[in-house]
Amino acid sequence: MPLLKRLAPQLIALAALALLVTLVFPGFLNISVNDGRLVGPVIDVLKRVAPVALLATGMTLVIATRGIDLSVGTIMAICGAFAAWAIAGGWGLVPALLLALGAGALAGLWNGALVAVVGIQPFVATLILMTMGRGIAQLITEGRILTFTNPGFAFFGSGTFLGLPFPAWLWLATGIGAALLMRRTALGLLIEAIGINRRASALAGVNATVLLIAVYIASGLCAALAGIVVTADIRGADANNAGLWLELDAILAVVIGGNSLLGGRFSILASLLGALIIQTIDTGILLAGFPSEYNLVIKAGLVLVILILQSPRIAAEWRVWRDTRTAPQPAAGARP
Amino acid sequence: MLLSIRSLTKTFPGTRALDAVDFDLAAGEVHALLGENGAGKSTLIKCLTGAYLRDGGTITLDAAPIDPKSTVEAQDLGIGTVYQEVNLLPNLTVAQNLIFGREPRRFGLIDNRAMRAEARAMLAQYGLDIDVSRDLGSYSVAIQQIIAIARAVALSGKVLILDEPTASLDAREVQMVFEVVRGLRARGLGIIFVSHFLDQVFELSDRITVLRNGRKITTERTADLDRMALIEHMLGRALEDEILHPAPEAAAEHAPLLEFQGFGRNGMIAPFDLKIGAGEVVGLAGLLGAGRTESAQLMFGTPPAQDGTARDGSGPLDLHSPRAAIAAGFGFVPEDRKTDGIIADLSIRENIILGLQARQGWARPIPRAEQNRLADDFIRRLDIRTSGREKPIGELSGGNQQKAVLARWLAMNPRFLILDEPTRGIDVGAHAEILRLIHDLTDAGMSLLVISSEIDELVAVADRVIVVRDRRHVAELTGPRVTADAIMRAIATPEEAA
Repeated sequence: MPLLKRLAPQLIALAALALLVTLVFPGFLNISVNDGRLVGPVIDVLKRVAPVALLATGMTLVIATRGIDLSVGTIMAICGAFAAWAIAGGWGLVPALLLALGAGALAGLWNGALVAVVGIQPFVATLILMTMGRGIAQLITEGRILTFTNPGFAFFGSGTFLGLPFPAWLWLATGIGAALLMRRTALGLLIEAIGINRRASALAGVNATVLLIAVYIASGLCAALAGIVVTADIRGADANNAGLWLELDAILAVVIGGNSLLGGRFSILASLLGALIIQTIDTGILLAGFPSEYNLVIKAGLVLVILILQSPRIAAEWRVWRDTRTAPQPAAGARP
Repeated sequence: MLLSIRSLTKTFPGTRALDAVDFDLAAGEVHALLGENGAGKSTLIKCLTGAYLRDGGTITLDAAPIDPKSTVEAQDLGIGTVYQEVNLLPNLTVAQNLIFGREPRRFGLIDNRAMRAEARAMLAQYGLDIDVSRDLGSYSVAIQQIIAIARAVALSGKVLILDEPTASLDAREVQMVFEVVRGLRARGLGIIFVSHFLDQVFELSDRITVLRNGRKITTERTADLDRMALIEHMLGRALEDEILHPAPEAAAEHAPLLEFQGFGRNGMIAPFDLKIGAGEVVGLAGLLGAGRTESAQLMFGTPPAQDGTARDGSGPLDLHSPRAAIAAGFGFVPEDRKTDGIIADLSIRENIILGLQARQGWARPIPRAEQNRLADDFIRRLDIRTSGREKPIGELSGGNQQKAVLARWLAMNPRFLILDEPTRGIDVGAHAEILRLIHDLTDAGMSLLVISSEIDELVAVADRVIVVRDRRHVAELTGPRVTADAIMRAIATPEEAA
């Protein structure tokens, strides 16, 4: 099955990590039922991975077009601030959600227009919103942490649905939904085509400009969902810290998922596994009880090891090594 | 002789790019180097400037043998080059560009004042009085080109190679650059001039050397050579061996399909009129850079035409973009397969169905079974040599890539298909197959516009040939007048053929 073959490196890395964490923290895989909900470190990973998994879903599409979206962390802060502002202002749950999603889509439209219409390099184009956007979020929250009480909205961050935390359902549904949308329609093919050769695709009649704008809007919408989750989780909008540096974790998740930063072939499911790998490392380090100052160094080391083990060169060398070991050794002098 | 090249040979896998070429350059001479694409001009220049290492032969400069291994070494020996695209740094000042790498220093720091003075003095030799502290990019391409020449001469000072220096200049700017070149000739430099513009070659050069297929064909004094003879040398055919068009009587029978009126765009092609009949093959002939590809690009909306209209039997056509042109039933197989044709990492199947899918829209995916059927069908019909339809197209040979790109358009069944150099860089077998395919397509009623550098090919397939010269459609040959002789005459001297 080609899908399983594509996901094999990520699945193996995730399983190996789970094993490693279990060795230092034996209770890692334990799951118990408490008050109708599942509890345990693994469930915690599924919940906490939500922001990065959501961002990675949109980021995969952007990277497939040979772009990058550095502004997603900031878009989270903006959308969270809008949602909190609307809830605190008594708009009610649905209008607040729509406002946040609308803000995310608008931010994506801005990025997409800069890249596809104005022709600015994606790195620079999204850097603009990345730096400017936190200012917008701060203007909305008036520089404070904007808190609110709304059980309906808080459900998006800490609610439980069918035994699992709601954020877990949200990223699973978004990620798998996006993957199905890409592969059950022709979107996936067209996005890969413009990522590999935008000029040739445009000459073949692919509407590259509209598609490019669309992937940045998709990335903005994913960031809005992530912003809603973190704002709902802490029941407040923190313009300075919501989503801070998360764009980098999202890019890392896409890369661990085996997607090329040069665009082209992509797999959203592999990026989701990449996000799970990152979150498992984070949670694992915490559970293992290392002093907190070691966390980032250990994380960096593990990520490096995973990336090296997944690289095509290592795979090729491993095949050569295996073949030379298993192939019968030619007798000396048998060949001229 | 200032520079003397003897039996220069350079081989690349599969081709002998230069085959025992001799070339002499005297001091105080402008020597034009001519030839069609692939004749070996740029290989010769690259061997001379050390960008390529030659396989055999000798180069002597000022009676001493030289062996440049890099462009820097060639520069130090006295050989400087100016390319078509100005290869200076537009965001540095004129002075920084001119003096780059040998800045005057004061207390170890760059002495900007001395640098500006030196730059001004350098440009004064060329009659150029401009503000050298402004960014290079703020000046016109002609001035940048002169600055590039000034820099090359200052660095090397014996031999100056001008590789298509006027390609992006207008007529007045060309004269500016020519004045500079004439001044350098008077100062005793040897100048090698490469250009596609024959008028400019005749105006500026003292001698002409023609290369073809890696061999030197001739070196003659410009004054002794007429246009006709030059083009015969370049294309490698004598005018006597006329080939009559195979089906002259078919020419008048095509019902009108498309009509372009006053179609043109500044800097690409002067406004032209063109009628295309149903099932007709129109050929576009002309030297490289004459405006053949540009004509085709405008018809396909990339970029859109500034002037003129296009219409079919039912009314005006919107051709503002490739998508619009495709909606009007147009197709375009571009000249540069790699950058404009194939999507290298996608499979043959995906490359073939891409155009069809883009036209249907993303929401209506072509079912996989239908994709497989289409791909297999075209792989069989066009005889695309591959181990299977899922192979990435980038791994195919050039001819098979070309067939797959052609299949993409045939799958969309256009009424008007533009083929820009459909047989460039593909082997002889595939060449014949593609010509056969062109016949099959027109038999099925498709109209074609075929651009080709190979005149025989046009004579073989075209009902009518438009000749393009210096960015203008200058002649139209129909029916029995479509002969290699007439096409070559029209390329050289439009008045005679028109």
